Amino acid sequence: MQDFLQILITGISLGSVFALIALGYTLVYGIIELINFAHGDLFMLSSFAALTVLDRLDIGFRDATGSKVLGMLAALIVAMIFGALVNVLIERLAYRRLRNAPRLAPLISALGMSFVLVQIGQSWKGSAPVSFPRPIANQNVLAPFGSPVTLGLNNLLTIVVTILLLIALSYVVNRTRIGKAMRATAQDRDASALMGIDINRTIAFAFLLGGALAGAAGLMFGQFTGTMAFQRGFEAGLKAFTAAVLGGIGNLTGAVLGGFLIGITQAFSDFYLDPRWTNSVIFGLLILTLVFRPSGILGDSTTQKA
Amino acid sequence: MSDQTANFPAGAPDAMNGAATMLEVEDVHTYYGQIEALKGISLSVREGEIVTLIGGNGAGKTTTLRTISGLMHPRRGSIKLQGRPIEALAAHDVVAQGISHSPEGRRIFPRMTVRENLELGAFRRKDRAEIEADMDRVFELFPRLKERVTQKAGTMSGGEQQMLAMGRALMAKPTVLLLDEPSMGLAPILVEQIFNIVQEINAQGTTILLVEQNALMALSVAHRGYVIETGNIVLHDDAKALQQNELVRKAYLGEE
Repeated sequence: MQDFLQILITGISLGSVFALIALGYTLVYGIIELINFAHGDLFMLSSFAALTVLDRLDIGFRDATGSKVLGMLAALIVAMIFGALVNVLIERLAYRRLRNAPRLAPLISALGMSFVLVQIGQSWKGSAPVSFPRPIANQNVLAPFGSPVTLGLNNLLTIVVTILLLIALSYVVNRTRIGKAMRATAQDRDASALMGIDINRTIAFAFLLGGALAGAAGLMFGQFTGTMAFQRGFEAGLKAFTAAVLGGIGNLTGAVLGGFLIGITQAFSDFYLDPRWTNSVIFGLLILTLVFRPSGILGDSTTQKA
Repeated sequence: MSDQTANFPAGAPDAMNGAATMLEVEDVHTYYGQIEALKGISLSVREGEIVTLIGGNGAGKTTTLRTISGLMHPRRGSIKLQGRPIEALAAHDVVAQGISHSPEGRRIFPRMTVRENLELGAFRRKDRAEIEADMDRVFELFPRLKERVTQKAGTMSGGEQQMLAMGRALMAKPTVLLLDEPSMGLAPILVEQIFNIVQEINAQGTTILLVEQNALMALSVAHRGYVIETGNIVLHDDAKALQQNELVRKAYLGEE
């Protein structure tokens, strides 16, 4: 039981990283039906941005808690802004002109963009994994309660930040003017234009949101693993994409659900089976789900897209 | 059939002759890729009029409306609203200029509620109090919508969706309302109701350009009409005169 709870905690914190990346896939798919293959690599670059900030600030274990928190906050904000801006730029450069082209064209463009970002990542930080500063000690926050299960402070922060970001995202999408424009554009682009919605700006905004979430995920992933490497965006992106499809692509709640499911599955498979089997288990789960529910767990025509 | 038309007395076209030109379309050529869909369309709509554009399938009726509302752009020609050129504007800016388009196939937002759909119609407006008042006006025109205000639009019947599409277009508070096939796919009794409402909207001061396949109905509510065939305007007259026109009777009113 103790093992079980421990693995569950690991799975949930890993899952929150996948959930944040998966949202970027699903936001973009929901609004322009493009699988943005470059998204995982954007996550990797944003992670490097967060890493750079922490390196520059050079915050160590001995610094005061206040400056550690401020340093992490700075890394979070910079990574989110970085991810948002780069994603908007990618949309502008690689996708916008292909908006009315056959489906395959933007998809190939996304693959090409993915290679570009990987190369940029490799030139920026080199080929070897880079160590990721973890200023906040992963001390067990449950220790004072005499719990046998360990919940690291870092894991707790990851989960808390994810929840806060999900609340913020849900507010933006459901309660603001631009969020309403996004939901309308996802349902009918021409009709939205007739309502007075600037389609280009609305689509750019979806990329901005997705990029910001990838940026946050970049920092958290680094806190989780302690290292980052230029090719890690591919696998993380693929798993997050799987999460989005599993939950029902285009569905925001589905992406979050899928993210947590993948994270938890990975943690359990790593522990009870063998890490070498984990990817097979994850993608097997995907295939099994799609056989019985082709549109994903929450993805049917009546649920709300984007 | 003549009994039915009697329900829709056409306004006196002479009364409109003095009115200012609201919308002026001149020599508009619109293409789909290499295919020229509009081959030099010219038409005008005066303030307070209902003008109808009738014609068969693929004649260019919908393309004309899409070009006016900015969803498509003409390769040549000009479109003026109250003298201001609008042919180069994007669709989202044309609405702000005062042209609202209720498109073919209704195109309501199916996963949003009736209220959200109507609110989106007023997306570019900032006058909150007046938006609420206009929503009440829409509910007066279409009491059905008020009953369904929290329902998801996609779950409503075709007739209700048409009412929503028209109500949504009115929420932009347009000076010119473009209506594309409001009668499409509706039961005859509903068609009559919709056309009654078209006249009521017009009577409340909105200028209307109406595209229809149901030429009989369209001509019975319109002041003037244009007949379009394969991208060209081939006839243009008062609605009453068009109703009597032999070519129109044969081609569009189903007479032998």
